[in-house]
Amino acid sequence: MPEAYNRRSALQHFGLKAAAAQSPADARVFIGEAAHRAIVNVRGNPGDPAFLQAVKAVTGADLPVKPNTTSQAGEFRLLWLGPTEYWVTAPAGSEEKLAAELRQAFTGQHAAVIDVSESRTIITLSGPDAREVLARGCSLDLHPRVFGPGQCAQTGLAKANVLIDQRDATSYDIYVLKSFSDYLWQWFGLVHRDFTAAIRAD
Amino acid sequence: MLLISCPYCGPRDEHEFSYGHEAHIARPTLEQQQTMSDAEWADYLFMRKNPKGVHFERWVHSRGCRQWFNVARHTVTHEIIKVYPMGEPAPNLEQK
Ligand SMILES: [Zn+2]
Repeated sequence: MPEAYNRRSALQHFGLKAAAAQSPADARVFIGEAAHRAIVNVRGNPGDPAFLQAVKAVTGADLPVKPNTTSQAGEFRLLWLGPTEYWVTAPAGSEEKLAAELRQAFTGQHAAVIDVSESRTIITLSGPDAREVLARGCSLDLHPRVFGPGQCAQTGLAKANVLIDQRDATSYDIYVLKSFSDYLWQWFGLVHRDFTAAIRAD
Repeated sequence: MLLISCPYCGPRDEHEFSYGHEAHIARPTLEQQQTMSDAEWADYLFMRKNPKGVHFERWVHSRGCRQWFNVARHTVTHEIIKVYPMGEPAPNLEQK
């Protein structure tokens, strides 16, 4: 992890705080950045009870073994990426400790732990029109009968590779590679012209 | 556009996948390699079926769960007849 004083968020240059102050009060979709969230990639065998136990011991959460689902315990949020691959996410700054604890818990197991926090940022999208906005650039069926809270999906959004994590009925976390985040933010800016959109700086 | 059913993620847009060409081509064993002719090597490396009809091929869900799997696809209608795991033999399908 870089020194804290060197740490810039991927979207910092857009000046989200200043933009948020000018946002309309009647907005129906809110966009922001959840910067620097700790993301630790975990590989292991979900058929091995010891592996499941180790994850639970560190995070308190059950590993989401069902494809394209998430689980949550306290500040830890776990996401399914593949049949043997997961992300454990946690508040900014905790990545080193989290990775070390997971590595320790997997001692003797056929498992891998890699801190990938620096690879991505999270664009947060919420509000009654959030789903409509996402649907403009994404081929997934986001209708509540198919996709809802507790589900995640890796897919393409406006041709950028993303992971969409639905947090509740109207909010989504969009994990995107930092190198694509400027492009994706600007794409949202274009789509938002058709909506009443506001920037959220928190 | 094809709608391909990933065995893990369910139906997804073709653009989430990458094509892995013809399935069920076994690499010659070390023993076979000792006695193979150049023509046999060339056959293994380059010659593919290219049928007008059902084709058994590999796909990977590269933008999703990154898993490989096999697909039986009709090369004229693009109908996806069957999705089945890697390592499983080609299904017996009536040629359409
Ligand atoms: Zn998949």
